[in-house]
Formats: sequence, C-alpha cells, structure tokens
Amino acid sequence: MSEARVTDRAGPAAPQERKASLRVRPTAPIVPPGNVSGNALMLVIAIMAFLACLTLGAVSMVRSTAQSWQSQISREITIQIKPDEKLDMEKALADARDLALTFEGTTDGTIVDKAATARLLEPWLGEGLDIDDLPVPRLVIITIDEQNPPDFAAMRAMLTETIPQAYLDDHRTWVDRLVAMAHTTALIGTGVLVLVFSAMVLTVIFATRGTLSGNRHIVEVLHFVGAEAGFVASEFQKHFLKISLKGAGAGGLLAAACFAIASFWQSRSLATPQSDQATAMFGSFSIGYTGYLGIAAVMIVIALLTTLTARFTVMRTIYEIDLIRSDPARIDGNQT
Amino acid sequence: MGPEILRDLTFDIPKKSFQFLTGPSGAGKTTLLRLLFLSLQPTRGLIRMFDRNISTIPRDELPMLRRRVGIVFQDFRLLDHLTTYENVALPLRVRGKDESSYRADVLELLGWVGLGERINVLPPVLSGGEKQRAAIARALIDRPEILLADEPTGNVDPPMARRLLNLFLELNRLGTAVVIATHDLSLMDQVEARRMILSQGRLDIYE
Repeated sequence: MSEARVTDRAGPAAPQERKASLRVRPTAPIVPPGNVSGNALMLVIAIMAFLACLTLGAVSMVRSTAQSWQSQISREITIQIKPDEKLDMEKALADARDLALTFEGTTDGTIVDKAATARLLEPWLGEGLDIDDLPVPRLVIITIDEQNPPDFAAMRAMLTETIPQAYLDDHRTWVDRLVAMAHTTALIGTGVLVLVFSAMVLTVIFATRGTLSGNRHIVEVLHFVGAEAGFVASEFQKHFLKISLKGAGAGGLLAAACFAIASFWQSRSLATPQSDQATAMFGSFSIGYTGYLGIAAVMIVIALLTTLTARFTVMRTIYEIDLIRSDPARIDGNQT
Repeated sequence: MGPEILRDLTFDIPKKSFQFLTGPSGAGKTTLLRLLFLSLQPTRGLIRMFDRNISTIPRDELPMLRRRVGIVFQDFRLLDHLTTYENVALPLRVRGKDESSYRADVLELLGWVGLGERINVLPPVLSGGEKQRAAIARALIDRPEILLADEPTGNVDPPMARRLLNLFLELNRLGTAVVIATHDLSLMDQVEARRMILSQGRLDIYE
C-alpha cells in the first residue's frame, strides 16, 4: 500500500492532520454485544433457570419430607394393653416395656401415663376425665433402631404369652402405606422435574438458535473473509456464554433467594400456627447446601447448554454455507 | 438443478494479471466470481486455483485458501455493528493478528480510499459509495494473491471510480492478480487490460 499512497497525495486523504486527530474507538466484539433478541434470550434463560431451580428445590424438599414421614412413623412401635379385671395394669405396662427392651434393636421404652392418656382422649371424651372409671387401653411406646429393627413376630409371641391382654402394633400397615405414598410423591416430583428440565433444555436450545438465526450474515461474512469455523464458533460461544451466565445467574440466584427467605421466615416463626401448618404440609423450607449446589449445577448446565448450542448452530450454519458450493440450486438470491 | 449458467469456458488468470470481466446482466459474472471465490462448485468441468482442483478441496481447507483471495461483494456485506475501521480490519482480526500490528496500515488504506475521516462511523450511516470503498478496502487489506471485485465502482462518481481503479492498478503492480466485473465501459477504457466478455454463458477473451 505504501507505493499506492505516493501516487495520490492530493486526493481526499490529504488532510493528514485531521486524520491523525481521529482516534479509533476500542475494538468492538465481532458478535454485537447487545440487541433485542439477545436480551430476550437472557430473559428466557433467567425464567427457565428460575423455574428449574424452584422445581429442583421443591422436589428435593418433598422427597426429604416424605422420607422423614416414613422414618418418624417407623421409628416407633406401640404395645397396647387392654384393661382386664384380673390384670394389674401398671405392672403389666412395666413388664411389657421390660420385655420389649430385652429384644435387640429396641432403644427406649416409654409408658404413656394416665395424664397423657387422658389428654389423648380429651378430644372425644372431654376434660376432667377420670381414667380409672373407664376401661381404657394403655400404651407403651418403644423406640426402635430403624436400621436394625427387632424381630416383631417373636416379640409379639412372647408378649401374648406373658400378658394375654397385650397387643403389639408395629405400624406396618401405616408404614407400608406411607412408604408407598412417599415413593409416589417422590416419583411425581421426579416426573415434574424431568418435564421442567426438558422444557428448559428445549426452550434454551430453540431460543439460542432463534437468536443466532438473526446473526447468520455475521457468520457468513466472517467465513468469507477467511475465518476458520473454530474461530467463528468460539466468538459466538463467548457471546452466548456471557448471555447464559447472566440469565442463569439471575434466575438461579432468585430461586436461591426464595428458598433462603422461606427458610428464614420459617425459622423466625417457629411454633406459630402458620409455621406449624406449613411445616406439616411441606416440611422444612430449608434446602440445605445440596439444594444450593443443585441450583449452581442447574446454572452451569444452562450455561453449557447455551454455549454448546451456539457452537453447534454456528458450525451447522458454516456447513450449510459450504454445502451451497456443491449444490448450486441452493444459491441464495437471484444473482447470476 | 436449474439451468446451466456457464458452459464451455476455458480461461486462465495468470499471476499478477489485470482483467475486466464484463457482459450483460444475467450473463453469469457473479456466478463466475463465486466459482473463483470457492463459494460455488462447478456442476461439471474443472477449475484449478492455486494448483488445486476446487471441487476436491476439503471444507476445512477453504478458509486458508480464501485468505489468498480478496473479494468485493456487489452488496458490500459490511457488518453493521462494526465501524468502518473495524470492518476493514476484520480479515486481519480473524487471522489472529494483534490490533497494534495493523492499525497504521488500516488507517492508511482508509485514508487512501477517502474514508480517513469516517473511521468510527457505522455502515448504516455511510453512503453507498462509502460502503463500497470500505468493502474494497476490506478486500485489499491483506494484499491477496488474487482480487475479485463485483461492480466495484457501481456506486461512486467518476473521479472516485478513477481513484479506485488506480488503487486496483497499484495493487496489481505490487503482485496481485485482479479481476474486475463491471458494466462500466468508461472505466474499462481507462486501462489497457484484458477483457473477458461473458454472453449467453459463453466467454470471449480480448487480450
């Protein structure tokens, strides 16, 4: 170019001083940093990340609540002793407790005393009840080791042999039903999670492709000025990684904040009727560090997904541009 | 497949040569340039570029070969979000060169095509002629071995056309083979150069 310059000093390039005064702006990224479709994609990613993280947290909460229902009820067994004229109830209760505790796998035994029994019956029989006037069965609650439960059949046989009025309730019917319910709840939760994640994956992929379709001309120009496919793809990857990190970060942090606020509210309002009802229904709102790790994982998955989709779509676009080479019928436009 | 646009053409573009490609609209000038730019493959026949049969070049080798060819598109194909300077520097940027290594060259070339004071302007603000000059500068910036220009003076006034022609001649003197597709007879009359005339899919060459 230097010789070319010498040939025309008097041309439009003459005002060298003015040219020198013009400063080049800092180089802009090859892929435009912000436009309407990029912002829309960021919003879509943020919404999907929020929903996915919320679902993830809710499902993990439901699973742990179901798990706790199951373990709480299967942690105890009850010995019920029906009243009998020939029976010394207090002795029978103590004997039943001592007998149960001889079995391996039991950890503790509590006799439900008269006052507690009266309280249990209070909703049906009213206050001021004298328990001695009524033939009310009495209970012994035995705490067992869930991992290593005692032999219920042997315990039952021995109890009936020693105290014929005793009846051992190992809560199996309840436990079985609760286990089935807990499994169903967890399964439904997992199903919802799979659906939300599938929706998230598809939405992110289609939104990324949609945004990229508006940038096809950039891919084409870069390709034609000699950029290698890997270079073009990496430029778009960088751009989409930024968008997805911002979107997924906003959505994920918002979901994490929701859980943190709910957990805070629950801890502040412990033992109030509202909190008790919410805890009974949903368990603890706290999702623990695994929940927050899950939210971080969702954010990373979304970022990777967007970046890979961008890479794949750009490579595909370049492939299509090159495909026109071997199929002239696909020439765009009507230039001849 | 559509109709055959070009047939029975035999020609050679020697190194450091200068030629005009002309002919009526629809004669196949753009198609021929696209074939030479490796963005089309011939349905039959043989085209050799840089001693390679273009039909058998693998896809991943195309970018490296395209770097040896400069092209001025009829529709300019400037990126609207990049300034004139950034558009012209784009071929160097995609080759991984550091901006400080080419800034002075790009500014000099922009000055030469009359865009010295438009370096920070985005293409939507440029006039048709300015866009065309930016597109020409982008094609020239890396001193290609062959320059293909599709109607490069279609949007500029005669003095600027003359000026751009001088630029092409200068580039040719520096060793680049130049093919200019044009309808502009007055432009062709300014230079004693080979004329390749396409008509009804056939090519006649006047040395």
